[in-house]
Amino acid sequence: MNYFPDEVIEHIFEYVGSHRDRNALSLVCRSWYRIERCTREKVFIGNCYSITPERLIQRFPSLKSLTLKGKPHFADFSLVPHGWGGFVYPWIEALAKGKVGLEELRLKRMVVSDESLELLSRAFPNFKSLVLVSCEEFTTDGLAAIAANCKRLRELDLQENEVDDHKGQWLSCFPDSCTSLVSLNFACLKGEINTGVLERLVARSPNLKSLRLNRSVPLDALQRIVARAPQLVDLGVGSLVHDPAMETFAKLMTTMNKCKSITSLSGFLEVTPRCLTAMYPILPKLTSLNLSYAAGIPGSDLIKLIRHCKKLQRLWIMDSIGDKGLGVVANTCKELQELRVFPSDNIGQHAAVTEKGLVAISMGCPKLHSLLYFCHQMTNAALITVAKNCPNFIRFRLAILDATKPDPDTNQPLDEGFGAIVQSCRRLRRLSLSGQLTDKVFLYIGMYAEQLEMLSIAFAGESDKGMLYVLNGCKKLRKLEIRDCPFGNTALLTDVGKYETMRSLWMSSCEVTVGACKVLAMKMPRLNVEIFNENEPADCEPDDVQKVEKMYLYRTLAGKRKDAPEYVWTL
Amino acid sequence: MATSASAYENDIKNLKATELTLGLPGTHLQQNVPIIDQEKSSASSSSNKRPLQLSHEETSPAQDCGSKCSNIAKNTDDDAAPPPSKAKIVGWPPIRSYRKNSLQEQSEAAGGIYVKVSMDGAPYLRKIDLKIYGGYPQLLKALENMFKLTIGEYSEKEGYKGSDYAPTYEDKDGDWMLVGDVPWDMFVTSCKRLRIMKGSEARGLGCAV
Repeated sequence: MNYFPDEVIEHIFEYVGSHRDRNALSLVCRSWYRIERCTREKVFIGNCYSITPERLIQRFPSLKSLTLKGKPHFADFSLVPHGWGGFVYPWIEALAKGKVGLEELRLKRMVVSDESLELLSRAFPNFKSLVLVSCEEFTTDGLAAIAANCKRLRELDLQENEVDDHKGQWLSCFPDSCTSLVSLNFACLKGEINTGVLERLVARSPNLKSLRLNRSVPLDALQRIVARAPQLVDLGVGSLVHDPAMETFAKLMTTMNKCKSITSLSGFLEVTPRCLTAMYPILPKLTSLNLSYAAGIPGSDLIKLIRHCKKLQRLWIMDSIGDKGLGVVANTCKELQELRVFPSDNIGQHAAVTEKGLVAISMGCPKLHSLLYFCHQMTNAALITVAKNCPNFIRFRLAILDATKPDPDTNQPLDEGFGAIVQSCRRLRRLSLSGQLTDKVFLYIGMYAEQLEMLSIAFAGESDKGMLYVLNGCKKLRKLEIRDCPFGNTALLTDVGKYETMRSLWMSSCEVTVGACKVLAMKMPRLNVEIFNENEPADCEPDDVQKVEKMYLYRTLAGKRKDAPEYVWTL
Repeated sequence: MATSASAYENDIKNLKATELTLGLPGTHLQQNVPIIDQEKSSASSSSNKRPLQLSHEETSPAQDCGSKCSNIAKNTDDDAAPPPSKAKIVGWPPIRSYRKNSLQEQSEAAGGIYVKVSMDGAPYLRKIDLKIYGGYPQLLKALENMFKLTIGEYSEKEGYKGSDYAPTYEDKDGDWMLVGDVPWDMFVTSCKRLRIMKGSEARGLGCAV
């Protein structure tokens, strides 16, 4: 099979980065498997319970970068009870024991204790990059350990984590000798930080490209900090509240004028609309803008701002921009690729978004490929138009605030609209449905969504057929999550082999019974079938005919996990 | 169950019969999908009704798929009544709890800026929330209504000329300023209390250099 010596193949493999390609390489033949595993530095594990850390370390001795995901996606919406799992400590412990030269760790939806951060900071002398997304249980003490002990730290990126802020001075724990920071994001921290310490840290970090501040950093401190880092590419503003001292404000504007490299702007966790004008100097160069946390900015101010952002590729914004504002986005942001419109809490406010805004975007932004759209209503006609205008969707997630709302113009379900989307967008990989939907939409999905990898369904469908259409038709399906749908045992058990081709299946508030889950678990030993029973006492065995409130199953080589809480039954 | 299983197999064999074309809903699609239509005729014909409750063969009418579902299902029993948009469903709309909490904190933190309002000669003070006013005109009107007086219009040169009253406020530095000089946003964040001056004192302030 091999006409080249190993070294040559190794060298060629160096150019193959993506883990999917690497996985494909390893399946070609034994020697490619061997060469690949010895040279792989980056590993992605989509479900931390699918494999044991020991097995990982054994297979990939050159491991440098690890990405781990823990809880199922629906945990984001409070559907997974506390204590379910996803603990990172055993992984860090095993990596330390195995003397892995870990340099980078990226975690999503995992439970990260201060203890694990402490161990992490001490066990890996070359550690460079820590990215935590939607994690929990750590405090600023853990961050202090990272700051103090990771001598080569380049990246500390905390995104939307629940962090306990222990008034300690974690920022001060970065030693004076630490000058290697490239990226620092602590926007999700709720407590005060010492702005003087931060200023000095920024001043001695010449390579700092990305800085995202938290709410406690006021306008005057922002100005001083940004003045020290004119090389910044990505800025997250903390608090931008009007200071009666006009001088500081003018200073900030001057400073922003000097920032020639900023292409990404976010934050605005606290903002007075008038202060946004300070950002105007950098707007024309922006490719990424996240205003989705800036509550209370009237649509008119958002519109004024957007008119300056002609180069925008990614926009995250609140629905206070309104359909009219989305029209302005459509006219201005011709390079737009990703759009997320989030609901503001202003119930009763007239300026929210409907199908009209989405249609306008589809007409003006042909490069759009990723969408997350919270809206009050959607029509089939609009979806059909959007499908025609934007055939390049990779991710299409629609969340109608009233989950089962039909097309308001025709009172029909939205089957045809979503059907048009899947038929037109041949490269669609992720889809989230909402609105009134029958089994028909799933027939369309099964028929046309050939590249679909992740599907989220809520309050939809009429019978088992719906789920069966999807399981049968979507050959590339990896993650399926279903809540409050009338899918039952027949749907679950018709093709049990399918689940080994997928990462996971979530079903909650459906028609599946305990008995069926038991049958499935028995037939498929390489699946963990977990049932959550929060309302029953721990020792009470449920009846086979009882409906399951929440079920989460996933393929695994690690067997039944030992860290499950009492309410989780692995069948 | 047997009929639906064989019908399902037919679905897969007759894929061509279900060919989809882009078009508005309710067009020729229906005649291309005979098998599905057969199933559907037994189910609810009015697509208003949530299919969940009616077409599911196995469940008795009383059963529902989870208490959350049933809330929605029950509500659509009313003829053509849309489900209530404000039904509190756990995890819907699907927003990350972090984001939800963050915005909630923001709106709580941003809750009302209450300041005391005193009027010369009045026996007791009032309190107002500056946040609810969009600007000076609304604030002045509210004050006029509250104290049954006329303040009139603001002018930069002459303050509230022609009125017996002048609205003033104490700012963060402890100085008493005339309401209306600074931009509204700045006023809201720097105003600690309001005082409506009356009579000669009021007129004097308006003419100050």
